[in-house]
Amino acid sequence: MTPRVRVPETGYNFAYLDEATKRMIRRALLKAVAIPGYQVPFAAREMPMPYGWGTGGVQVTAAILGRNDVLKVIDQGSDDTTNAVSIRAFFARTAGVAVTTRTRDATVIQTRHRIPEAPLAEGQVLVYQVPIPEPLRFLEPRETETRQLHALAEYGPMHVKLYEDIARHGHIATTYAYPVEVAGRYVMDPSPTPKFDNPKMDDCPALQLFGAGREKRIYAVPPYTRVRSLDFEDHPFRVQHFDRPCALCGAGDVYLDEVLTDDAGGRMFVCSDTDHCEARREAGHRGEGA
Amino acid sequence: MTTDDDAPLLRVEGLGKHYGRRLGCAGVSFDLHPGEVLAVVGESGSGKSTLLSLIAGEVPADAGRVRFRLRDGRLADLTELSEADRRALMRTDWGFVRQDATRGLRMGVSAGGNIGERLMGVGWRHYGEIRSSALDWLRKVEIGADRIDDHPGSFSGGMRQRLQIARNLVTGPRLLLMDEPTSGLDVSVQARLLDLIRGLVAELGLAVVIVTHDLAVARLLSHRVMVMRAGRVIETGLTDRVLDDPAEPYTQLLVASVLAA
Repeated sequence: MTPRVRVPETGYNFAYLDEATKRMIRRALLKAVAIPGYQVPFAAREMPMPYGWGTGGVQVTAAILGRNDVLKVIDQGSDDTTNAVSIRAFFARTAGVAVTTRTRDATVIQTRHRIPEAPLAEGQVLVYQVPIPEPLRFLEPRETETRQLHALAEYGPMHVKLYEDIARHGHIATTYAYPVEVAGRYVMDPSPTPKFDNPKMDDCPALQLFGAGREKRIYAVPPYTRVRSLDFEDHPFRVQHFDRPCALCGAGDVYLDEVLTDDAGGRMFVCSDTDHCEARREAGHRGEGA
Repeated sequence: MTTDDDAPLLRVEGLGKHYGRRLGCAGVSFDLHPGEVLAVVGESGSGKSTLLSLIAGEVPADAGRVRFRLRDGRLADLTELSEADRRALMRTDWGFVRQDATRGLRMGVSAGGNIGERLMGVGWRHYGEIRSSALDWLRKVEIGADRIDDHPGSFSGGMRQRLQIARNLVTGPRLLLMDEPTSGLDVSVQARLLDLIRGLVAELGLAVVIVTHDLAVARLLSHRVMVMRAGRVIETGLTDRVLDDPAEPYTQLLVASVLAA
């Protein structure tokens, strides 16, 4: 055992969770990394925040965090929304680790709904907060049956969902939680990230870990793993496209949020990744709304 | 019913099942040849549906075995197949039409998706081809092409059964199990459904095991009849022979109790 670390908040173990729990989570993480895309059950603990706020992601982060890590937390791409601020403050207080909003400076990035626009690098870990880890849940409510379907790689039903999309909308209308096949084997729900981010998961140099607290599942995509979005031959996978660039920084290749600016129909489209937007503006880029 | 191949498609030997101390069925044996239709008749609780579940492997049998001739000609014991192989067989070479269409269909998925599921399950990844195959099958089971994107919840009982049949037959199975497919439907709808089943069975050369309590259904569809009572087969033979000249007192009672229209 390493000697106890002095942390700003006394009375708690480093990063809140006790060491036995961290060890249990790390075991699940190792198994998840060994079987890319496979959902490993784990004994999720009660966390001092409600389900839906990222209890799964927080536990994974707590289990992997070291004293020298630099933590970034984003919620919908933003560093300054309630969820992101709370979780960042939580680890700053219970682990005393350095925090940042800069993607490049972070070693651990906990995220809800987005993958940062700046390319990730080797040595970085992306931790996803996952609400519903089971991609087959839409068609099959029985857990015993979905496990069997995964075990036998019976993924025909997954395409039924995409078929229904095309039949109803004329194109694959699933825009988030878009199912992917990992390393040619398991079909995985990439959590509610927009499908815009799916291509970033493929062959990514960073380690991607997924934690679902309420559903008590952990899964992972190791670095440089093939991640393929499911599709049909005559309806290939496509990401969203925006017909205008970011109003603040002028970026045209990013995921945009719609922001209402007044009650008279005024609106602007800006980068969902606030750090990326700021970095571009610091570098002198300007959009038409800036 | 002539086939140049004398080998049975399905061979059931001494199949039995107890639910605790209660008997489901016991000692059931029969051969089914390609293109042959076997009706299993008997009153409620006689073990007909248990037998069908045992054959389909949905309920593990206590005794006996079920063997099926695979496409490579091998007569395989279903319990010895791997789970993956068994399920693949069920999805491609077998069909199961259930009494309750809500159990046999995906009620939250459109008619086209219901028919297409098996195709996607065997690796079809071309939307246009899946769609045209679904349309083709809707036509074969006499459902309007304009209903392809409707959910089965908006279908009548007869249409749901026809959709179930299309969903099962789309991969060209060789064996179809049917559990009371016409019960709960009114008489004119029943007649139309039976007509359709009879046509498809003849056209596709399907082997069928149909469970029914309705002797008229057995008479109309089947070549052979197996009469069950209290979990055991009490009489078996050609349909006309059994229904016109029943040997067992119980079968005589069954035949005599049909209401004359």
